Amino acid sequence: MKETVRKPVLAIGPFHPLQEEMEFFQLTVDGETVTDIDMRISYNHRGIERISETLQFDQVPYLVSRVCGICSASHPLAYVQAVEDIAGVTPPERALYVRVIINELERIHSHMLWVGLAGHFIGYDTVFMWAWKYREPVLDLLEEISGNRNQYGNVKVGGCREDIPDETIPKILKELDKLDKKTEMLTKAVLDDPVIHARLKGVGVLTKEAAIKYAVTGPTARGSDVKIDVRRDDPYAAYADLDWNVVTQPVGDVFAKAVVRLLEVLESVKIIKQAVKKLPKGPIATEVKEIPPGEGCGRAEAPRGETFHYVRSDGGNRPVRHKIRAPSYVNVPSFKATCIGQHIADVTITLAAVDPCYSCTERLAVVDSHNKVLHDYQTLLRLSREKTARIKKEIGTPEMKLEDF
Amino acid sequence: MNQQELKDRLAEIKDKLIDIQQPLDDRIFLSCEAENAYAINKFLFEEVPLRFVITTGIDSDSCYEILYHYAYDQIGYIITLKAFIRDRENPSIESIAPFLPGAEWIEREIHDLLGIEFRNHPNMRRLILADDWPEGVYPLRKETRQ
Repeated sequence: MKETVRKPVLAIGPFHPLQEEMEFFQLTVDGETVTDIDMRISYNHRGIERISETLQFDQVPYLVSRVCGICSASHPLAYVQAVEDIAGVTPPERALYVRVIINELERIHSHMLWVGLAGHFIGYDTVFMWAWKYREPVLDLLEEISGNRNQYGNVKVGGCREDIPDETIPKILKELDKLDKKTEMLTKAVLDDPVIHARLKGVGVLTKEAAIKYAVTGPTARGSDVKIDVRRDDPYAAYADLDWNVVTQPVGDVFAKAVVRLLEVLESVKIIKQAVKKLPKGPIATEVKEIPPGEGCGRAEAPRGETFHYVRSDGGNRPVRHKIRAPSYVNVPSFKATCIGQHIADVTITLAAVDPCYSCTERLAVVDSHNKVLHDYQTLLRLSREKTARIKKEIGTPEMKLEDF
Repeated sequence: MNQQELKDRLAEIKDKLIDIQQPLDDRIFLSCEAENAYAINKFLFEEVPLRFVITTGIDSDSCYEILYHYAYDQIGYIITLKAFIRDRENPSIESIAPFLPGAEWIEREIHDLLGIEFRNHPNMRRLILADDWPEGVYPLRKETRQ
């Protein structure tokens, strides 16, 4: 009897108690090389688009800010911009600046979170500790402005709910100055480290062509030399009045995505400093009475890429259709282009490189064809860290110490 | 490419469209019948070329609407192609995933939620619905909501 050869399968997911979302990846492996990837999502589908149709226009921002805990400023902003398009409303100038400040603070804390976790995955826990330490004052600033570290609930159709009090501005500037210096130091430490070069360069390459085919956005696209950024391409809030750069990198590997995020933190600091200094006086909201029939598309550049909201109104007080596209929805399928041909030890960081809220990478298990677990998540994390340790030994660099920062 | 050139490019597919609307300067809505959608999408994505954003499926009053949203980043436009599927009994439309892998997930999602068949889709499995969800019940259809 002919024996069927079954290919070993690497299953990632779907549950891990530390993370908020469920995703499932099944990698087919040949030895230690990945030959195919299959993805499953929607283990916890919340039906937010449908719920939105049962809420009034002014209640929806609170709902959509809960699409994602980290992008809780970008989703409501994209939604209100779609509705403002339908209603033909322009918010007062001060509101536009407040929106910029909150959204950029969100980007900084999200990117810092990614840098820390990326360090953790490749066995650089010093990077993890420091990046998260620098992130903390940013959350404090957000708390001082909006009352919450996350879930700011500050944007509404026609403007903002809460103003930035003038007395907090010196504090914002002071914290940003500190953050600027520390981020520069961290960026330099990461970019100059030969082990990080050896570990991340050439890993999980997303070519420019694949980036366009998979329609990826945000740092995932900009790391592959696709120069798109909603803040520049379709300027909303006050971005058109501010001076900043769109960061791109040519190669498309994990290293490029790390560089894009680190440099974007510096750009965000630059944006907030200008916005705070230019903050115009005046009201922060205009009154919006009725939303006429019509349809609108709103988008905002979230930390992970373009957040897109389509809203249709029939003239009633509720949207008749509300479509939400979060950036990870198009970024995650690009794993098909980046993981195949990779070494198992590099999969953790390749999956983490698009910053898919990390939920996926935390739930790894290698199984053979009889579903016997060969490696669990801890083993894969160990493999990833051992590879870094091996490279460190070969290159002969000393361990990074806290004092180095 | 500037606004005029974009409009010239869009004029090339005029005979396949029912309607063109521009409620705001940077928002263009094109309408077509379902059978022309594949050719227009291929033109928009490969020839113009535009960046694919997402697809929206709507259970409208007399038909199903499939909205293909594209971005034209050089000048910040969003171009939306609305395709009308008039056959409410067996709604179907040609899949664009064979030339646009970024659309694979959303077509599976619309199939789950609205029951639209995407012809020649490379991988038409469930994406959103649970494995034990009954066949033929589509959560976003009007009859299911009531």
